[in-house]
Amino acid sequence: MTAIPTPLKAHASTALDVKRVRADFPILRTQVGGKPLVYLDNAASSQMPQPVIDRLVRYQQTEHANIHRGVHHLSEVATGAYEEARRKVQRFINAREEREVIFTSGTTEGINLVMHGYGRKFIGKDDEIILTTLEHHSNIVPWQMLAQEKGAKLRVVPINDAGELLVDEYEKLFNERTKFVAIMHVSNALGTINPIKPMIDFAHARGVPVLVDGAQAAPHLPVDVQELDCEFYAFSGHKLCGPTGIGILYGKAAVLERMQPFKGGGDMILSVSFEKTTYNTIPHKFEAGTPPIAAAIGLGAAIDYLSAIGMDKIAAHEVDLLNYATEQVNGMPGVRVIGTAEKKAAVLSFAIEGVHPHDVGTILNQDGIAIRTGHHCAQPVMQRFKVPATSRASFAFYNSMAEVDALIAGIRNVQKVFA
Amino acid sequence: MADTKALYQEVILDHNRKPRNYGVIEDATHRAEGHNPLCGDHLTLTLKVDGDTVGSIGFTGESCAICKASASMMTAAVKGKTRGDAETLVTEFREMATGTLDYEKTPHHLGRLTVFAGVRDLPTRVKCAILPWHTLHAALNSVASTSTEAEDDPMHAPIGDAS
Repeated sequence: MTAIPTPLKAHASTALDVKRVRADFPILRTQVGGKPLVYLDNAASSQMPQPVIDRLVRYQQTEHANIHRGVHHLSEVATGAYEEARRKVQRFINAREEREVIFTSGTTEGINLVMHGYGRKFIGKDDEIILTTLEHHSNIVPWQMLAQEKGAKLRVVPINDAGELLVDEYEKLFNERTKFVAIMHVSNALGTINPIKPMIDFAHARGVPVLVDGAQAAPHLPVDVQELDCEFYAFSGHKLCGPTGIGILYGKAAVLERMQPFKGGGDMILSVSFEKTTYNTIPHKFEAGTPPIAAAIGLGAAIDYLSAIGMDKIAAHEVDLLNYATEQVNGMPGVRVIGTAEKKAAVLSFAIEGVHPHDVGTILNQDGIAIRTGHHCAQPVMQRFKVPATSRASFAFYNSMAEVDALIAGIRNVQKVFA
Repeated sequence: MADTKALYQEVILDHNRKPRNYGVIEDATHRAEGHNPLCGDHLTLTLKVDGDTVGSIGFTGESCAICKASASMMTAAVKGKTRGDAETLVTEFREMATGTLDYEKTPHHLGRLTVFAGVRDLPTRVKCAILPWHTLHAALNSVASTSTEAEDDPMHAPIGDAS
């Protein structure tokens, strides 16, 4: 994986023209209570640029029909656009084959698909599944369900006080019962970028497959699934400027072929009779029913948009924002950064002394600033840091340094209110 | 928006900074715990009911400013009241917070508690304001613990040791 540059000082990003880019996002002109919106909740969901909005509208205006089944013109056009979106995803993550790219409704569904399709078939009583303390609930609960059903066991990799995985503890968890590893690439609560490549290699040396939750990574860093060599990689469209309701599960062809289906229905079959039904080949085996066609095409357009800017440029600008914000917050007495890993994505979780995150969020909202407060669907992380919740600002490539200034001023205001 | 700015007015901030009746009632006759798992608000209510009157009442716990101030003002409001009057306040507060009581037109007993009216425009904060009252209702009806979310059977997946 490419190392992310970490400049020591904030500087105006020469590579990414933020002003130009912001002009593409109509929603950024929203006013909240008479103040300009400062949208810093990108880890929860990202905004959609006009070209992607236009692509969705054009699909519905000129191309829509159900796909794969019809022989009429619009059906062929729609099918072509849908499968072209699949190839765009393939190129975006450097998958070897397009049939390794499955459209899902999001990261959560992708993980559940693997739990049902792989886990329920290959993981059994007393087998062990390795997770980490950092995981989002979507990469915990399906494995708890599986463990409960099969009598399997969960083993959890601990973190240090900076929010970094203890890799030597991870390695110690392995034994002959270890059958699966599920880890997140980037922590949505703390921003930690995990060293997944060596962790995947370690698992593979012991014959253990790995699923990577890439929901917070794919929008912010270049992802190369062949280089990572993970068995599965899941992410969501709405976190990378695409529509909601669409996500991607990448799986190695050989593994997907051995898996049982998740949902049964149309399209995932070759032939159906009441005596015997045969399943379709991949990826269609895992795409039952009419898919979110428009959303998939929208995701393809979002990938085009991001690729035109360049993931490296996006990552570099976001690092600038993170470093500037962190520098400012570190200089504020009574405010503490939670999640101080050496390698971080642009997520800033913080705590203001004496003020509950919910109050922080409500008061910042009065200034038009949108952050997220709560446990971020990562209650184990919160418990590890002995907080019920944090306040979290998460940046995207269309955020500006001025918006970081607004956040800092907002935090000062919160402290004033509670002084 | 005007009401939400008012929500953090002096009265609420004051009760958050110096909560009234913060502590545990030693010879409590009634007690309940309230929990909002979505945001981490947690409080424990202890009360001593003499005959039909709330004699003494105290609360402890960790919570956001809205919840703490609501708990503080609640304890001050119900201390010395009959159980019936306390339950009336529970109902009226909930209705005001959820916007079903037009507190300016309809007669009620809320007095200074109307300072929480602004919470009805902040749906995500309504539960914070209501939790102490929910918990009071549970305590008066001898229900040991209450949550803002429905209780389901928890899942139990065996967790191996870290070593």
